[in-house]
This record gives sequence, structure tokens and C-alpha cells, in this order.
Amino acid sequence: MTQKIDFDALKTISPSEIKPLQVLDENGNVIDPDFFPDLSDEKIVELFKKMLWSRVLDERSTKLNRQGRLGFFAPTAGEEASQIASEFAMEKSDFLLPAYRDVPQLVMHGLPLEKAFLWSRGHVLGNEYADDLAALPPQIIIGAQYVQAAGVALGLKKKGAKNVAYTYTGDGGTSQGDFYEGINFAGAYQAPAIFVVQNNGYAISVPRAVQTVAPTLAQKGLAAGIPGLQVDGMDALAVYLVMSEARKYSVAGNGPVLIETLTYRFGPHTLSGDDPHRYRTAEEEDEWRKKDPLVRVRTYLDKKGLWSAEQEEAVVAEVNEEINEAMKKTEQAPKQKVSEYLQNVFVETPPTLEEQIAKFAAKEEE
Amino acid sequence: MAKTTMIKAITQALEEELKRDKNVLVFGEDVGRNGGVFRATDGLQDKIGKDQVFDTPLAESGIGGLAVGLALTGFRPVPEIQFFGFVFEVMDEIAAQIARTHFRLGGTRKMPVTIRAPFGGGVHTPELHSDSLEGLMAQTPGLKVVIPSDPYDAKGLLISAIRSDDPVVFLEHMKLYRSFKQEVPDGAYTVALDKAAIKREGKDVSIITYGYMVHESLRAAEDLAKEGIEAEVVDLRTVSPLDEETILKSVKRTGKVVLVQEAQRQAGINAQVAALIAEKGILSLEAPIGRVDAPDTPYPFSDAEQIWLPNKADIIEKVKETVNF
Ligand SMILES: Cc1ncc(C[n+]2csc(CCOP(=O)(O)OP(=O)(O)O)c2C)c(N)n1
Ligand SMILES: [Mg+2]
Repeated sequence: MTQKIDFDALKTISPSEIKPLQVLDENGNVIDPDFFPDLSDEKIVELFKKMLWSRVLDERSTKLNRQGRLGFFAPTAGEEASQIASEFAMEKSDFLLPAYRDVPQLVMHGLPLEKAFLWSRGHVLGNEYADDLAALPPQIIIGAQYVQAAGVALGLKKKGAKNVAYTYTGDGGTSQGDFYEGINFAGAYQAPAIFVVQNNGYAISVPRAVQTVAPTLAQKGLAAGIPGLQVDGMDALAVYLVMSEARKYSVAGNGPVLIETLTYRFGPHTLSGDDPHRYRTAEEEDEWRKKDPLVRVRTYLDKKGLWSAEQEEAVVAEVNEEINEAMKKTEQAPKQKVSEYLQNVFVETPPTLEEQIAKFAAKEEE
Repeated sequence: MAKTTMIKAITQALEEELKRDKNVLVFGEDVGRNGGVFRATDGLQDKIGKDQVFDTPLAESGIGGLAVGLALTGFRPVPEIQFFGFVFEVMDEIAAQIARTHFRLGGTRKMPVTIRAPFGGGVHTPELHSDSLEGLMAQTPGLKVVIPSDPYDAKGLLISAIRSDDPVVFLEHMKLYRSFKQEVPDGAYTVALDKAAIKREGKDVSIITYGYMVHESLRAAEDLAKEGIEAEVVDLRTVSPLDEETILKSVKRTGKVVLVQEAQRQAGINAQVAALIAEKGILSLEAPIGRVDAPDTPYPFSDAEQIWLPNKADIIEKVKETVNF
């Protein structure tokens, strides 16, 4: 097996040597052909389409939320390279443990879009997962998914599966005890887990520098004895390279990898009242917008004559149609019933609950 | 004196105490520049300074540990848990450390910590933001658990909590933050931590409740009055330890009792009040104790919370059943 990245060497690297890996510069030029991922032109076009899909989904979700047709939403614009390119490197049979912002990966991984919408609205049908969907619903408790990823990874290893568990948290999430426990456990069992830290500079309002005085978050892998590396999280090809290489390494039995993507969310933390200008400047936002991950891949494709405005328009129209369809299904979902909730509390329903079930069922009849 | 919301009353209480005592420290996730996700600490960092009002890294267990350490070095910590549904992350620090330090050290150390947190249903949050978990706290010896139902009480109770040398868990119902205003005195004042309040007098039945359910109960009492049933509404305010005297006196006056909580039925505050009445007030009772509460499931998916949460209609139904027993 050949690897473009020497992960074993990263286990003993000095923190000062940790630098964000880039494949494309901001003008869409390849920096070092030796570090170009194994992706055909068609595949890069496909990746770009998915990023575009995610951007449109973000815009539409924001509008649908404002219209009261969607509930909870954590904006994703700006983070497409980090989110979409990382998911793009994974297999359906790999196990995804997402956080609340990672809905695009979850949908790409196989969750029907209407289920993602139902989750947002707070409907149990959004969480009824098909047997072959190797994923959990978005985790709300920051850090919880990291320890669980170690568990899933150990399970995969024990079963001899050629798969990884992969999970996401943010810069803020790295402060949780669960973060350290997760990477350490996976390291201790040399379990196939890929831990992604999407460092978008803020945990709601709290800047990254308040979380830790460590200069990078990737170096936190060092204490756990696992490879940790940084990647330009606005560079989709770089994220893809790192993720696909990490997957290869991990599946081959070499243990977990920690990846810090340097990214930025263009929008507010969530749509529940966050105002970014309370804690960051418009100038800073403009600086990051110049690094828009979509622009970078589009420029690259443009130069190779692989992408046109017409194609882009067609994709946007398609995505809008897909969203309309999913919204239609979402709005047709049946009303939830407390009597049904009560039946899902235990596998074996105790008599005390039977009484409550009867009471609610009678009311629901009315 | 000015009319103000509960969230503003809470900010005022924090400001008063931060100014009065330099050892009062307010900290948590996003409480600094951002002023908290609900703006409970809005402007405090600017007014008081970063020494006393500061952001923490994102870790509830760390926040709890910080509180213990700061209390041991002479400070009066007022940490915020951003939503009380995240309390499980800091359960050890609260229940196994903060609550028992006074006891563990044979009374030679104290934990003057006030843990504030928003909670409560009806505001359409993602999961683990709305749960009523006061029962878990009430089961912990050494903790006082306070849940205000209006701006006046919120300010006075919070000031009392901060000045208390015992640890207090102070839970703020999100639905009450901005839903109405009330006259709140300027400056500092206290409301006793060990006294329930009669929020409406009535001779026919005692509705004993707390938090947002005080308002559903008051609305129920108004409707019931039109039908000739005079309900007394007792607001527990401190749900643990209970003000037994006020509860028992009310029950003695009315002879009938309905207990109302937003939390699930199992092992909650209602159960504790019911046990108290069964033990010390049974001879005043003319009907079985009525209970209104939420079904025993985890807090529901938010689109269904309105059919899951107890409400005015449930209270009216139970009161009639009890009064007409
Ligand atoms: C245990 C826990 N504590 C606090 C929160 C509230 N909260 C939600 S998102 C967030 C900030 C997370 O920041 P980061 O990890 O950087 O991820 P980002 O949202 O930036 O993607 C906080 C404090 C939570 N959901 N869970
Ligand atoms: Mg972040």
C-alpha cells in the first residue's frame, strides 16, 4: 500500500512542524502534483456538484426556517470543503457520527433529505433510520460522538470489517473531556476511527484562542499517540486527500487519525438568535469569503474547461427541485402521537406505561 | 421600580452582586462578550470587567471543577450551564463534588456556588435543551434547587442564592424569560430561599406547582373561578428542600390538592410533595391527591411538545375530578 502521507511520522512530529496541507491555492492552481489526490476529472466535477448542492441547501434551509417550515438549522456555508470533501472520501459502509452542523454529510451518506428536514422540525420519523444506514442522528451533546466513535471503531475492528468510524466536532468541541477520551480510547485499541475537528474559529461566540493555548488542535493527537494533522479546510481537494489517505491507513489496521480542518462559517452559529457581529468583524468575514471553497474548485475546473455557467445553473435548478420534493414529503408527515412515543421508551413496556398509553390513545382518538 | 422581564431581572441580580462583592465570579460558555445565548449576562463584562465575568472553554465538567476550585480559594462562583439538558456532562462535579464538599470535610469547608441554567419546554429547541431535570437535583442531598416563576422572584431569589453559603441550582424557564413584565425594584433585595409563595388565594382546592406551570395553573384557576371553584395556587419556588409549612397549611385550608409539574411523572417533585402530604397532612384530605405531569418518555421531538406538555386544560380537568370527588 502506498501512502502519500506518512502518518506514522506524524505521531512524533514537533507541534511547530504542523502546517495546514494545501492542494490548490486560492487561485485554483495545483501546488504540488505529488500531493494531488487520486481523483479523475469526472470525480472532481461530481465533488463540486455536491458542494454546490450543499450551498444551495444551506440557502434554502435558511429561507425555509424563516418561513417557519423548517426548525433547527446550523448554517454550513463556508464549510463545504471540510464537510463535503471529507464525506466524499468515505464509503457507505463506513460509520458516520455527525454533530448538529453535519447534516449535509449525513444526507450524502444515505439519509433521505426529507428525513433531515423532519429531524430539523422535531419529528421522530426523521430519526427512524433504515437498517443499512451506517450512521447516528446528529449529536447535540458536544463531544459525545467522539467517545462513541471509538466504540464503533472497536466494534468494526472486532468484526474484521474493512471500514472506519468517522466523526466530527468543532474547535470548541476539543475542550470537552469526551474529545480526549475518544481519541485516547481509539488509540489504545488501535481502532479504525477518523476524528475530524472542523475548526471554524468560533464556538458560538467564543474565539478559538479562548479554548486552548495550544497553537494547533491537530497536535492534541500527539498526547494520545495518534497521528494528527492540519489541512486547509477551504481546499476541497486537500481535505479529500487527507481523508482518503487517513481512511486507507486506518482500514489497514494502523489505528485512528485526527484531522483538523481550518475553515469558517459564513453565516450565524444557528438560526436561533445568533448575531455574529457581536463577536467578529465584517472585515474578518470578508477575508474568509475570499477563500470560498466553492470558488477554488470552480476556478480549477474552469481552467480545465470542465465547468460552465450553464452546468451550474442546471445543477442549482435540480437541487432546488430536490428540496421542493423533500419539503413536500416533509409536510405530509403524519402528526406525532404521545401514545406511540410511550411505546418506544422500553423494548418491554411496563404496566405503568400501559396506563399512560391508554390515556393518551383515548385523547388522540377525540 | 420599573416593569421588566425575567431575563432582565436576572441580569440586574447578577450586576448587583458582582458590584457588591468582588469575589462573585460569573463564567460559562458565551457569557462574556456575547452576553450569553439568552443575553442573561448582556453588558456585564463591559461594565464589571473580564476579571469577574469571563468565557470558559467549552466543557461543562471543566466549568463545574472551576467552580469547586474557585470556591475553595475564597470566591463565590456563579457558573452558567448554557442549557440544563447538558447537566449530565457536569453531573459528577455538581452531585458528587459540589453538593458534598461541606459534608465530606466535616463542615470545615463550604461551596457557595450558584449554578444557573435555562431549561423548560415549549420553545421548540433541539433535543436535550428543554428537559425538566430538577428531580435529579432534588434527589441530591446538599443542593438547594430554586425555580422562579416571575421577574420579581427571579431577582430576589438569585441574589439570595448568590449570598447563600450552600450550593444552589437555579433553573430559569426559557418560556418565562421574555413572556411578560413585572414591577421589579431597583437595587438589591432578597426573596427567602426556604419559602413557598401563595400566588392566588382560594378555599376549594390547593394547586401546588412551580416554574412555568404556575402560569398555566393561574390561568386554570381563573377559568375555574367562573365555574365557582376557588383554587389556591402555591408556587414552591424552592423545590428542594420543600417549604413544608406553607404546603401543609394550604392543604389544611382547602382539604383538596392537585400537584402540577412540567416534568415527567416518575420520581419528581410532585411525588415528593404527595409523600409529604400523605405523611403529615392526610387527615386534612377530602379527596385523593391529584397529579398533573408529563408522560414518562424522554422530552419529545419538538414538533410534538405541545401535545406532550401538561397545560391549563389538564389542570382544569384534574381539579374538577378532585373537587367533585
Ligand atoms: C455539551 C454541550 N455544551 C454546550 C452546548 C451548546 N453549544 C452548541 S454549539 C456550541 C458551540 C460549538 O462550537 P464548536 O465545537 O466550535 O462547533 P461549531 O458550532 O463552531 O461547528 C455550544 C456551546 C451543547 N450543544 N452541548
Ligand atoms: Mg467552531
